[in-house]
Amino acid sequence: MPMTRDEVFEKVQEVLVEALGVDDDEVTPDATLTGDLGAESIDFLDIQFRLEKAFGIKIGQGEMFPENVLQDERYVKDGRVTDEGLVELKKRMPFADFSGFEQDRAVEKVASIVTVDAVVKFVQSKLS
Amino acid sequence: MRWMWIDRILELERGQRCVAVKNVSLAEEHLHDHFPGTPVMPASLMIEGMAQTAGILVGHAREFREKVILAKIGKAVIERDVFPGSTLFYTARIDRIDDTGASTHGIVELLDHTAAERTAIGTIDLMFSHIDQNMRGLNFPEHNFVFTDQFFDLLRNSGVGD
Repeated sequence: MPMTRDEVFEKVQEVLVEALGVDDDEVTPDATLTGDLGAESIDFLDIQFRLEKAFGIKIGQGEMFPENVLQDERYVKDGRVTDEGLVELKKRMPFADFSGFEQDRAVEKVASIVTVDAVVKFVQSKLS
Repeated sequence: MRWMWIDRILELERGQRCVAVKNVSLAEEHLHDHFPGTPVMPASLMIEGMAQTAGILVGHAREFREKVILAKIGKAVIERDVFPGSTLFYTARIDRIDDTGASTHGIVELLDHTAAERTAIGTIDLMFSHIDQNMRGLNFPEHNFVFTDQFFDLLRNSGVGD
């Protein structure tokens, strides 16, 4: 039987508590991994490894957070994500909510897209 | 010159596990400051010893082609003080390895010389990055500055690593 959203959330919560040393009440659906939970770049690799183990899934490099998009000159200009870049990010991260980001496309705001809810949806898409 | 915090590799099974031994000696100068009158092996140096053990394991898994850098200490729990005259065993296992890096699970054991028994006294879980594969595309010197001759001498003198 497929896991419910709540079951996926609970497991994601456990993974993030372990990987980031935060309390479970901090891991709310809206919390951002970098801003609210203090994740650094290496933590994404740690989270990826732990999610694979917890859910028995395989996650490719850059699949959860396509950081290489931001290194591409076509997609970033003057510190802002271009129209083409936004299309690419949306294509690569269909599980994320871009509504807040579209108002201010500063590169440093990209991290705000990666919320706990986005991770839950990403895992659900891998499980389905 | 790199501080080596392991004395010998006892086992090295490619991509699986590495076991190293560390003899704690009163001749180590830092023990006289940590602490004056009561020398205790610093837990931070046990983490370094495990990082060297696990780092060799991760490097050996890819024939030392990668520059393996300690990136994160996921967990470090040491439950007992370790005094001079003690022998520590570090056993590292690879949890996961891919092009970007690896995570390892490590157990620290203390040898009781009187009973000749090893007792688990701690857990150290680590993450390593293969830094040439970093997603930001940063460049590092071409030569492998992580695995220096000191490491290869240790492997050779331990009779492992082929």
